Amino acid sequence: MYSIVLYLVAGWSGFFVMGVELLGGRLLAPYFGSSIYVWGALITIFMLALSIGYLAGGRLSIHSPSLKRLGIILILAALTVSPMLLFGTGMLDSVSTAIEDPRFGSLIGSAVLFFIPTTISGMVSPYAIRLLVDDRATSGRNAGHLFFVSTFGSAAGTILTSFYLVLWLEVNQILITMIVISLALGLTACLIPKNRRDE
Amino acid sequence: MNAPRLMRFLLLALVAGMPFGLQAQELIHSEKSLYRQVLVYEDGETRCMCFTVRCSKGRQTCLYVKNPDQLALGYSELMLSSLYLEPNPKSILIVGLGGGVLPRTLSQLVPDAKIDVVEIDPAVTRVAEKYFLFKQSPNLKVSEVDGRVFVKRAGREKKTYDIIMLDAFDHEYIPEHLLTQEFLEEVKALMHPGSVLAANTFSGSGLYDYESVTYQKVFGEFYNLKTANRVILARIGGLPTLAQITENTSLFESALAKYRMTADDVIPLFNKRVDWDPKARVLTDQYSPANLLNSR
Repeated sequence: MYSIVLYLVAGWSGFFVMGVELLGGRLLAPYFGSSIYVWGALITIFMLALSIGYLAGGRLSIHSPSLKRLGIILILAALTVSPMLLFGTGMLDSVSTAIEDPRFGSLIGSAVLFFIPTTISGMVSPYAIRLLVDDRATSGRNAGHLFFVSTFGSAAGTILTSFYLVLWLEVNQILITMIVISLALGLTACLIPKNRRDE
Repeated sequence: MNAPRLMRFLLLALVAGMPFGLQAQELIHSEKSLYRQVLVYEDGETRCMCFTVRCSKGRQTCLYVKNPDQLALGYSELMLSSLYLEPNPKSILIVGLGGGVLPRTLSQLVPDAKIDVVEIDPAVTRVAEKYFLFKQSPNLKVSEVDGRVFVKRAGREKKTYDIIMLDAFDHEYIPEHLLTQEFLEEVKALMHPGSVLAANTFSGSGLYDYESVTYQKVFGEFYNLKTANRVILARIGGLPTLAQITENTSLFESALAKYRMTADDVIPLFNKRVDWDPKARVLTDQYSPANLLNSR
């Protein structure tokens, strides 16, 4: 159960990040267009945030790591996405008024909306690896499994969002659904008994 | 299929394709931009700007090399029919330059009007100037910016226009963020009572129903002019009657002869019939999977 939930959290986090990124393109388009540099700005912010999240997640995993804390990371990432639902358009409106150049406008706009939740999401993978690893001999294999699950989740989040979800639901409905799933999964991780799996 | 039969089939296919100009289409210019490849093909008398190789996904603009004033693509006449609804425009906004046929023709027909053109791609402007006789002037200016961004800014500056033409296409169709209710509301905010909107779309696209309900939601009843293209003509403060429109055609009949355009071609197309599914979903910024819907 322990490691199933752990992998679920990692896979879902990958799904979540890519889902938010693609919907981010949707949110930016009315204000900055959907040119290659708008996507470039968005992806830059996501990559930058993830890279910092990896550092922070690794750092955090040093002191009494637990599945519970991993669950809290997932919950925080979801909660920090939610202001987008309420203030996203207003915020992008002021950024696009203040900054004429759509390249830097979309860069700042993406940073304000996505930097914090994506940084927190980036903490998931290194933290999860710490929880998985038993010894040096199997650490590479564990990390491989974890990367597989989380990147596979990203691929799934990308194709499902861009091929199907935007066809069925509104942008905010998709975001709310993803936030709810994150909260549910995060809570599950918090409630799993502490004891390490017995293998 | 064995080899000789395949050969015969290919030969037949080649011959069959000839009347459609597959044989003599010659690439005379190709330019890479931030957005795409801008290609210019010449095929005997006709020169066209395309965004896909051999114009496989349609032409942005065409021109008769020996008679550049003559309107080569039928939809231009439909767009220019907006003059019958507003014969004396002082200000015109055109979103999407292409080869600049519409602004070039309008600047001759209504020389006193101030024309703003929005074109996202500087390469398109360059090619229009070099190969399609487009020229900017104090009364005809191109802004190189995304159409949606221009419209939003113009709204903040409280600008208005007498005629607004929406004619922005990428290699496939109209970009998704230029199809939504919110965008059309922003366009409407640039209009005053009496302003006319002309929007170019495709009659046969998978988006026809969605577009129609979205335009109707924002602008109410509109004239729906259909050939292969479908042009929507809407007006703030109610549509003029067909009798009024027909009367206005006389104002332009002699001027339009030069472009080989006559009201007789266009007037029979004016109608307000709802020939779409009124229950189709309105496109919004929250829901605009336009390219997905279009390809279904």
